[in-house]
Amino acid sequence: MVQPRVLVLRSPGTNCDAETAYAFEMAGGLTTALHINQLRDEPQRLDEFQIVVFPGGFSYGDDLSAGQILAQQVRNRLFERLARFPEQGKLILGICNGFQVLVKTGLLFEEDEQGFPASLTWNTSGRYLDRWVGLVPGDSRCVFLWGIDKLELPIAHGEGRFVVRDEKVLQQLRLRGQVALRYRSHGASDNPNGSYDDIAGLCDPTGRIFGLMPHPERFIFPTQHPSWTRQRHEPAPQGRQLFANAIAFFS
Amino acid sequence: MAHAVESSSSPAPNQATASTLWQVELSAASGFPDRLAEEVLDAATELGLLQPGTDLSVQSCRGFLVQGFLDSAQTAEVARRLLAEPVVHRATIGQVGDEKFSPRAATDRMVYVLPKVGVTDPEAESAGLAIRELGYDVEGVRTFRKFVFSGIGQETLQRLARRVLCNDSIEDLVWGPLKLDRLNSGSLYRFQLHRIPIREADDDALQRISREGQLSLTLIEMQTIQQHYRQLGREPTDIELETIAQTWSEHCSHKTLGGRVTYDDGVTSRHFDNLLKETIFAATQTIRRELGDNDWCVSVFKDNAGVVKFTDNYNVTFKVETHNRPSAIEPYGGANTGLGGVIRDTMGTGLGAKSICSTDVFCFASPERDFESLPPGVLHPRRIMKGVVAGVRDYGNRMGIPTVNGAVFFDDRYLGNPMVFCGNVGLLPHEMSFKEAQPGDLIVVLGGRTGRDGIHGATFSSVELTEASERVSSGAVQIGNAIVEKMVLDVMLQARDRGLYHAVTDCGAGGFSSAIGEMGEDIGAEVWLERAPLKYAGLSYTEIWISEAQERMVFAVPAEKWTEFAELCAAESVEATAIGRFIPTGTLSLYYEGHLVGELDMEFLHSGRPPVIRNAVFREQPVRSFADDWNASVTAGEVLKKILAAPNVASKEWIIRQYDHEVLAGSVVKPLVGAEHDGPSDAAVVRPLLDSSRGIAVACGMNPLLGDLDPYHMAACSIDEAVRNCVAVGADPSRIGVLDNFCWGYTDRPQTLGTLVRAALGCHDTAIAFRTPFISGKDSLNNEFSYTDSSGQKQTISIPATLLISALGQLPDVSRAVTMDLKEPGNALVAVGWTGPHLGGSHAALVLGQHGRGEVPKVNPPRAARLFSDLHRAIVGGWVRSCHDLSEGGVAVAAAEMAFAGGCGAEINLAGLPLEPGRNLTDFEILFSESPSRFLCEVPTEHLTQFLDRFEPGAAAVVGAVTSSPRLVLRSNSLVLVDESLVELKRIWQATFHWK
Repeated sequence: MVQPRVLVLRSPGTNCDAETAYAFEMAGGLTTALHINQLRDEPQRLDEFQIVVFPGGFSYGDDLSAGQILAQQVRNRLFERLARFPEQGKLILGICNGFQVLVKTGLLFEEDEQGFPASLTWNTSGRYLDRWVGLVPGDSRCVFLWGIDKLELPIAHGEGRFVVRDEKVLQQLRLRGQVALRYRSHGASDNPNGSYDDIAGLCDPTGRIFGLMPHPERFIFPTQHPSWTRQRHEPAPQGRQLFANAIAFFS
Repeated sequence: MAHAVESSSSPAPNQATASTLWQVELSAASGFPDRLAEEVLDAATELGLLQPGTDLSVQSCRGFLVQGFLDSAQTAEVARRLLAEPVVHRATIGQVGDEKFSPRAATDRMVYVLPKVGVTDPEAESAGLAIRELGYDVEGVRTFRKFVFSGIGQETLQRLARRVLCNDSIEDLVWGPLKLDRLNSGSLYRFQLHRIPIREADDDALQRISREGQLSLTLIEMQTIQQHYRQLGREPTDIELETIAQTWSEHCSHKTLGGRVTYDDGVTSRHFDNLLKETIFAATQTIRRELGDNDWCVSVFKDNAGVVKFTDNYNVTFKVETHNRPSAIEPYGGANTGLGGVIRDTMGTGLGAKSICSTDVFCFASPERDFESLPPGVLHPRRIMKGVVAGVRDYGNRMGIPTVNGAVFFDDRYLGNPMVFCGNVGLLPHEMSFKEAQPGDLIVVLGGRTGRDGIHGATFSSVELTEASERVSSGAVQIGNAIVEKMVLDVMLQARDRGLYHAVTDCGAGGFSSAIGEMGEDIGAEVWLERAPLKYAGLSYTEIWISEAQERMVFAVPAEKWTEFAELCAAESVEATAIGRFIPTGTLSLYYEGHLVGELDMEFLHSGRPPVIRNAVFREQPVRSFADDWNASVTAGEVLKKILAAPNVASKEWIIRQYDHEVLAGSVVKPLVGAEHDGPSDAAVVRPLLDSSRGIAVACGMNPLLGDLDPYHMAACSIDEAVRNCVAVGADPSRIGVLDNFCWGYTDRPQTLGTLVRAALGCHDTAIAFRTPFISGKDSLNNEFSYTDSSGQKQTISIPATLLISALGQLPDVSRAVTMDLKEPGNALVAVGWTGPHLGGSHAALVLGQHGRGEVPKVNPPRAARLFSDLHRAIVGGWVRSCHDLSEGGVAVAAAEMAFAGGCGAEINLAGLPLEPGRNLTDFEILFSESPSRFLCEVPTEHLTQFLDRFEPGAAAVVGAVTSSPRLVLRSNSLVLVDESLVELKRIWQATFHWK
């Protein structure tokens, strides 16, 4: 099998790139980190890769709103090439800030005359929050979540609250199989930020573009779990499965 | 679709012909909270400015002023695509002064808050960048916040504005609609060389020159400088005097701690030629000598951080800085730049270390302080605390460096002088641990631009907004821009690994003056000041030289590498500029547009300062016992609850969860642990290399209450606490390095300096006995606050003697790490270490109003060292399921925390606790004594014998068991002392900082 090539897209303020690349390498990917400036000059370089990942961080400081400036750059320079990824049988992943970027590029849902129908905005607490959450996949074709019925991952964000213009938008997302991941633990909501419908992650209708607020790259070792010392046996690092699924997609 | 087509550059829109000042306001769309308004109301209510239920309405918005060549449709496009967030924002767009921005009702009161001109405004900078990328010609952008109040009197509004809406050290407040024609940014500078005549000056004149120039030079120092210039046969220029003042400052040269001190403690007297060298450094030297070939220190007290060995390929670095004064004036900015600064210390160590985690420790006055009793000029402690936490949060989270450890100590003596300690750990390849600039190297500045930030007493006209000619000091405080620093870090590590420079250091206090002065100390340098990139026009050559603008690093780049270095920086949009060269002259030559504006002999600059000579006295206090009526009716359970609720002990979850403590994926033991992830960990464990199981532990020890009784034992106990916290999570006690931060009052007073000397002696003796070397440190002296009280009397508040010890431990294998939460009913509970009647400085004494009484805890260093080593071997053996150190509140509090963190009960018979030989203790003393070097461990019964055999006889004893009942039961044989519900104890512990 040829190792899938993974592009880790960096920008000013990206800060989860090293561990995200490591997680893909562990799963068998061949990673390359490129700065957005390089891609703006040579957008055709996107064609070298089977997977593009937008890692977590604070792109451009999230100074206007989370992910906004990087999303604009992607829209201006890279959108058409990235939009072709699903039909080319390729994958795009956005984690945390990367999810915020995907939402604001239009790669997950389109703009209409009123602008984007959904966004990721400030947590209802108004504060940044780092904690672990329970997650359950929704009804989608998300490639990254194959074979997963529940998992635990950490969130760490201030602007992770998924909001929509009206109920119709939610219905449409559900109908198209885009609600990929919800905050759920033991059958109950485990919503840390006030997201509508407990939404923690979305995919495009093909399941090949996926964005999520929690950090799968922060649970690739047993000792990252907050209560690993309580368990007799090392907990399985559940974040690994998402990266393994992405790599397995190409085998 | 609305997306632009890919192309190498954005399509250039038709430019408007005239530059217009647009106002874009973003308010909450219906159904979304008006967060700014809610924050203002909450803060005002919290501070007692508003009575709860007051009928006041506030509406807020934030927005941008955009000066540029845009028409109204283009501005709307910018607002829609960039500035407003979909769904949640409603945007209002118009020219400044437009009718639509006027208040709706005549009774409404409108106020704008804008960052002062010259204060870093990252959102405005980013907006400008993004708008330009859309192809528009933008001259300037500023952000603002706007509030519209109704139902509020003018007097309350004025107070609200001053106390809550705005901090006038960095922001301007404008009442009513904005009246502005355009955004200005600075005025031109005309070169003029300034000389300061000092050769003929008498002593009074010398002192006046120092004072008026805010040079903080003493008379003796001014006389030394005068003598030097008499010999040179000329007068100094302003930039020369500034450079000397910076280099000789307390901040840069530690003249008190590094100075001569005569010390008298009533028994003996002792003279120090250099206090720091003969106590703290000496301890490290002794330890390194004793370790011989096994010495694991690499670079101590030399570089920007201490460096010790970690793995075969990597060293780790550690530094903790103080940022007290700026945090008192502007808590957010002070803490923000405090953390930014210490991260630059890591970056400036060796050839540049990579930050791996941070630790942040604060001291505040009580957040419950009555608002009316605040002295003038003091911010409310709650506002300081919230601002400081937000400042650390925003810098650390944006940089992507996990904040994994911390502590907060509350005492009303910090009212005018809060303490903010920011620490950072770095990872550094062995072969990159040293640096040396070479003659001929270019002096290259990287990162942020230079402005008037941090220039002492710099005044800066707030040109248009206050209308009048109000001169303000926008320099005194600074706001950081973490992303700029992150960008510098990203390119620095690439340049380092490609070998593109010989040396690097950070621009901290003193700016270029200190950075270039130190880097070129042994060579000589010429600097071309006009080349430094500026934030705005108008800076004089001296301002450029001493500016403390943030996010700048200075590199020594060989000429043949400069092109590659510059290209690397440009590829990631980082500004790099050569502003000089190191030349082998032994002289520092400063030029501005070809004019020689300063020429200083490096030898005089770095070695010419006359020594400071001070007197120190200390007198031991006799032990006073608790007042006779102290225990009138209070039960042990009540005392326990009082201590759990005490702010120093209570849960800090409100703070901790605002920090990203998991980024970089190295988290092993988090600050909160246990069944529900909310128990207080003793130390953080981080695994910095993704492919190695070796870890570091970060912890701290600090207890100013002990310093009120005896600073020597405070120092010993603080080292003990920092070390035992590391040991408790599994760190190897033979590989722990510590840092000191001495924060003291006015050390010209012999009594105050005496307590400092006494603490330094405690550090020396304990470090040697523990074989725990000091690897770096930083002090902050003269922390006193003076004001005139309501009766016209001058009052001075001095901070308590505050010594923070931060420890960096190492774990050979992180999978052996242990946490403090009880794990399994049936396991034995073992008390490790001896208990004495140590209630002096304890929390029990504090909550009972008996502080200052009781016997101060004393470390028995040889026994403690052996105990730490024995416990470590037991942990490595895998026989310990949980371990918690005993500190504030003694065994009672430790047992309670272990139980409610683990969700398991505990039943303990305290009669079995190992006691200090020859001492008889009351039950109360056993419960709440704060004797050092003690732990409570959970041991499975099958490992009990192995565990106990590890220790010298009598050092460890089984005292109880983990139970499945949800209660904490503490007995003395058959007498039940405490029997409390875990749910209730946890609730009390969490309630103190259950903040919104």
